[in-house]
Amino acid sequence: MPAPLASAQLPATPPASVARRRVVLLAGCLLLAALPAIAHGAGQPFLIATFTRFVIYAIAAVSLDLILGIGGLTSFGHAAWFGLGGYVVAIAAFHAQDASTLLGWGGSTEALVVWPLAIAVTALVALPIGALSLRTSGIHFIMITLAFAQMLFYLFVSVKFYGGDDGLAMQRRNTLAGADLRDATVFYYVCVACLVAWTTLCAAIRRSRFGMVLSGCRQSERRLLALGYPVYRYKLVAFVLAAAGAALSGALWANAARFVSPDMLAWVKSGELMVMVILGGTGTLFGPIAGAFVLLGVEQLLSAWTEHWMLILGPLLVLFVVFARRGLWGLVAGER
Amino acid sequence: MATLLETSRLDKSFGALKATDDVSLAVDAGEVHAVIGPNGAGKTTLIAQLTGELAPDRGTIRFDGRDITGLPTWRRTRLGLARSFQITTLLPQMSAEDNVALAVQARSGSSFRFFADARRDTTLRGPARSFLERVGLAPVAQTRCRELSHGEHRQLELAVALALQPRMLLLDEPLAGMGQEDSARMVALLRSLKSELPMLLVEHDMDAVFSLADRVSVLVYGRIIATGTPQAIRDDPAVRNAYLGGQGG
Repeated sequence: MPAPLASAQLPATPPASVARRRVVLLAGCLLLAALPAIAHGAGQPFLIATFTRFVIYAIAAVSLDLILGIGGLTSFGHAAWFGLGGYVVAIAAFHAQDASTLLGWGGSTEALVVWPLAIAVTALVALPIGALSLRTSGIHFIMITLAFAQMLFYLFVSVKFYGGDDGLAMQRRNTLAGADLRDATVFYYVCVACLVAWTTLCAAIRRSRFGMVLSGCRQSERRLLALGYPVYRYKLVAFVLAAAGAALSGALWANAARFVSPDMLAWVKSGELMVMVILGGTGTLFGPIAGAFVLLGVEQLLSAWTEHWMLILGPLLVLFVVFARRGLWGLVAGER
Repeated sequence: MATLLETSRLDKSFGALKATDDVSLAVDAGEVHAVIGPNGAGKTTLIAQLTGELAPDRGTIRFDGRDITGLPTWRRTRLGLARSFQITTLLPQMSAEDNVALAVQARSGSSFRFFADARRDTTLRGPARSFLERVGLAPVAQTRCRELSHGEHRQLELAVALALQPRMLLLDEPLAGMGQEDSARMVALLRSLKSELPMLLVEHDMDAVFSLADRVSVLVYGRIIATGTPQAIRDDPAVRNAYLGGQGG
């Protein structure tokens, strides 16, 4: 790589905010690393499982931000990929447990087999669905992604062999060489590692040539076409990448809960992911992590207090969206 | 001289309105060809068909001997037909340099590269800066596009088009909404490009058109009523009657 020019570094961002961003990122990483110790210190080790779920949702939220925030593609069916990833893991475990086969394959409970498989299967399904959905734009795109997600939702509701709407339980978590996933703290750190790796990858993509084109698609598709970019291909690749990220998240979720159900693919879940992204700051990639933690954290706190927690959370979200448009990340890191 | 861009018997109607009516037009290599016409003459509709944003009802468009009538916009650009927009169409959240670099990138092979930082890629940034210099925008290279003035937007539109290293430029009212000073600078800039790049110039500003163009075509109600040298157009009684008459040139 050629030597960077001094003035070539993030030209649109003044250095002070770059420094601030780094401090916030470092603090976030330290906090993530320290959460299990904090839970133990507070005498409430069961909180580690709660934090693990936050981390898993954060992966899905970051992946949604890749298309929604950077590509400007408002997908309202992102939970489908989350659910599909989870089901691949649970179905593989199901066959491994009762020694039956699926298309001649006996299933697996090996993380290094089934997690990549979940990602690959989801990407394969997302490819044609994205190819069709991206023929539309605006409100039609929102509706068609919602429709495809609902189709997958009802597919899993109707497949009684895998539990139908009762869902499918896993007897035990996947096995991973060198790490005991049954241990809550170990599993937490595996999830954090996945979050860090995925977010780092997305951040690299955002800065890359591909990311510049994707961001250009959001700002003016007409300009990108005039520049000679076949924008459809770029949007499709982004769509599939985002689905792959959500699939990883779903695979981890299946392990965390040792249970999957069609609820994972429901439109409510897609909406929740969108709220996390908007709350955290669309297009910031790191913001949606904070968005996931705050949304789920507040939900957890309020639901312990009243079953009508939606009544409080709803207006809070509205106020937030109206008065802090740049999201949590904008407030904390001072980024657009 | 060889013909680079050629339309033959182009028709486009919107309901009962014939926006383009039997338009045959040729831009030769090395030529600046201007299209003038009163508001509503169908200039924008014509440009949209040349760029591929609208499909003509009838007729063909050829570029460098190749029929491009059915090609999508992005393919036409790749063939070397670059355009500037009448209403600024830039990427508002990116810097001026980013906007130009994305044009350089479009020319330089694959954009399916996911890892290396594009803003530190000197093969993109170096050329981008030289095109900004060329249009006089080097001092605001790092300024976000939405913070630039209208005149600067027009200049940036041109820098982006140049960065595509096209074989021909389609300029859709490059002087629209510019003050006198900015206008004069843009005209000087276009004149300096004249020897390198054939252009089809759609423009309102008569002084600019007559000082830049080698040939002028006059579009009225979707039809070309005259084509000729600036002097011939000035003297054409039909043109004076239809268009120039009331406005005093």
